[in-house]
Amino acid sequence: MTSAVIASDRLTEARRVAEICNACRYCEGFCATFPAMTQYRTFDEASLEYLANLCHNCNACYHACQYAPPHEFGVNIPQALAELRADVYEKWAWPGPFARLLERNGLVVSVVTALSLGAIFSLLLYLQDSTAVLSAHDGPGAFYAVIGHGLMVAVASSTFLFSTLALAIGMYRFAQSIDLKPPTWVDLSRAGHDVASMRYLGGHDNDGCNTSDASFSNARRIYHQLAMWGFLLCFAATCVATVYDYVFGLVAPYPFFSIPVLLGTFGGVGLGIGCIGLLVIKHKSDPQPMAASQRGMDYALLVLLLAVSLTGLILLALRETSAMGLLLALHLGVVLAFFLLMPYSKFVHAGYRFVALLKNAQSERLP
Amino acid sequence: MPDQSHVFPKAVDLVVVGGGHAALCAAITARETGARVILLESAPIDMRGGNSRHTRNLRAVHQLPTSTMSGSYLADEFWDDLTRVTDGRTDASLARLMIDESEPLREWLAARGVRFQPALKGTLGLARTNAFFLGGGKALLNALYAHAEAIDVDCRWDAEVCDIQIDQGEVSAVQVKYNATISTIAAGGAVIASGGFQSNTQWMREVWGPAADNFLIRGTPYNTGTMLRCLLDKGMASVGDPTQCHAVAIDARAPKFDGGIVSRLDCVPFGIVVNQVGERFYDEGEDVWPKRYAIWGRLVASQPEQIAYSIIDSKVTENFMPSVYPAIEAPTLAALASAIGVAPDALEETVGEFNRSVIPGSYEPGSLDDCRTLGLEPAKSHWALPIDAPPFFAYPLRPGITFTYLGLRVNENAQVLRVDGTPCGNLFAAGEVMAGNILGQGYCAGIGMTIGGVFGRIAGSSSV
Repeated sequence: MTSAVIASDRLTEARRVAEICNACRYCEGFCATFPAMTQYRTFDEASLEYLANLCHNCNACYHACQYAPPHEFGVNIPQALAELRADVYEKWAWPGPFARLLERNGLVVSVVTALSLGAIFSLLLYLQDSTAVLSAHDGPGAFYAVIGHGLMVAVASSTFLFSTLALAIGMYRFAQSIDLKPPTWVDLSRAGHDVASMRYLGGHDNDGCNTSDASFSNARRIYHQLAMWGFLLCFAATCVATVYDYVFGLVAPYPFFSIPVLLGTFGGVGLGIGCIGLLVIKHKSDPQPMAASQRGMDYALLVLLLAVSLTGLILLALRETSAMGLLLALHLGVVLAFFLLMPYSKFVHAGYRFVALLKNAQSERLP
Repeated sequence: MPDQSHVFPKAVDLVVVGGGHAALCAAITARETGARVILLESAPIDMRGGNSRHTRNLRAVHQLPTSTMSGSYLADEFWDDLTRVTDGRTDASLARLMIDESEPLREWLAARGVRFQPALKGTLGLARTNAFFLGGGKALLNALYAHAEAIDVDCRWDAEVCDIQIDQGEVSAVQVKYNATISTIAAGGAVIASGGFQSNTQWMREVWGPAADNFLIRGTPYNTGTMLRCLLDKGMASVGDPTQCHAVAIDARAPKFDGGIVSRLDCVPFGIVVNQVGERFYDEGEDVWPKRYAIWGRLVASQPEQIAYSIIDSKVTENFMPSVYPAIEAPTLAALASAIGVAPDALEETVGEFNRSVIPGSYEPGSLDDCRTLGLEPAKSHWALPIDAPPFFAYPLRPGITFTYLGLRVNENAQVLRVDGTPCGNLFAAGEVMAGNILGQGYCAGIGMTIGGVFGRIAGSSSV
């Protein structure tokens, strides 16, 4: 089957199950998706794509559903919406031809990571003699003795800026398609609060969500929070370091008890623990409500972020030894891969989910 | 660990037959007093729970507003509601007991993991009288099963009880069939909570004749009445009329079994309903739909071929909840008639006569308005608008049976009574299999789950 045919099948399936849900409505108390569904009598492509991104895959509705397989209606909302989400990620990816990177994404992430590492190590080999790479450096500029400051900044900033732009364009196009009005501060603060607290992984009364069976647990919410906040702390570390470098002329590496290193250390530990926790939960999850086609994409991002975290922490631990050069290259190679893959991996879910939460906040405000 | 699901204990204190809400309440209550309890559910694990899977609330007395219920609902009002729908055909002492015990039931369930939520959108009329289960009945079952297994109730699936052995007037053992192998479990007592007989096509045909073949069963296909028949044959007293049941008019395109809530249609008050010969047969606008939908199952059951069609025009399509099957649509009434196999002339004549009888009023789809017919038989008392704005739509209706009321007669200890009126000491019944004690006819939304929970708890505590 071509991907266009699959896409329309997924849309048809999402519409079929949404119509059943809309005639039942028992799940209204679980999350934002079901109350949002009741605002429609018929489901066009945009409404389904909005609902798909509002769904956090908490699986509460699957376990509560009297129409879940093996019932002949075979209602499996988490699976149907997860599959549709994958189509949304591809549909609005920018630039268009890169959308195919989101297919067989596990493979794509592996290849891009390997190529990034290869590129960094080749550069190192080409630009530096082995003594510089393999000997210990210390004091300000130690990193740049291995990889030049200009080169590092040029590669990092160009890839990061391109990826951020690509991600933002995707989010913008999705927001346009679901008719999101310019968000107000109220919308932003509500959606921001929903993201910060991961409200919809908390289920009812903060009982949590379902992973392996019909019992409720907050584990997924906690690990996802660790991963998200860890990631944001790492990002903050990079921003502070940039200010140090360009505004105050302070040259990395910084001492352990400095803002960038502390932020990076806590962030890296949080990100690492979060990713390990999410990988374990995913591995133990009931496969029934999951979308098999999404597994590669899900695991790939978690492993990549775990690699970012681990290589960064090992680099920190061993930065005064002769292993620093190779570890720096390894870390930068993984980070480069992540930067390149931001708009072409599961990472995009953060952007689309936020847009959907904004739309939800808006429709609660403007019924 | 090897699969032990085919190995049954030689003896237990209590066998609970059935796996729905009533069965769980009985099993948990008995187990909490220390009894060894086995629960035998005939359905596979994914379809466990009988009709409780399809429910969404229970009716409960409360003195003050709760976190999920508004206002107050006092016992006398519950009693009035019950006597009105049953027209007094109820066992007053059992009904009063059920009403009084409905109040602590909610707390009891909540303490065992059941979660409640405010009334669903579109059911606000029940916000005061009914406690809604978060996620519906299957979520309630999941919580109760988790609790039952945590306190070591031995819960078994695919385990159909095929016989109850009664020695010297008391239950001595049950026979259970699992994978075509029959095992005998010696039992200190038994609670029958295995539902009505509506899914037993043969039995339904005995009661209703060939019309039964056109009935749809809204809930579980596993309620075949095996226990009911077994115990009536062993001299237990029956209660209720075999033709009485909870029957609503549902979409005729729903599956034969298990279509549940989504096969419901809410369009009836906003148009007219005709039978296969194109004639109206009842006041579609008699009252608001939640108060009338339970009579329409029997109305449709008495029409030729047990089918009817709700006919509406394009003015009113937004006035009711969306349903799962799309309406049959046509640009003219004649074309619509052809699409549903009704003679075009007959439908046009019925609609024409109806339209001429409509007197002007101010249309209010949400309340009892003054749009009605004059001089028409049968009248339409509210929401009568001429059917004249194409395209026209039809929804086919069939009787949808929820559960039958013929049951085992019980006393206030939920003990099953013999034909001579004496209680069978260690045999109890709860849920739909004894709901006929309370419901001689008619229905109040959510009362089935209240009967199940209350008599389940009574059976569980009386049995130990």
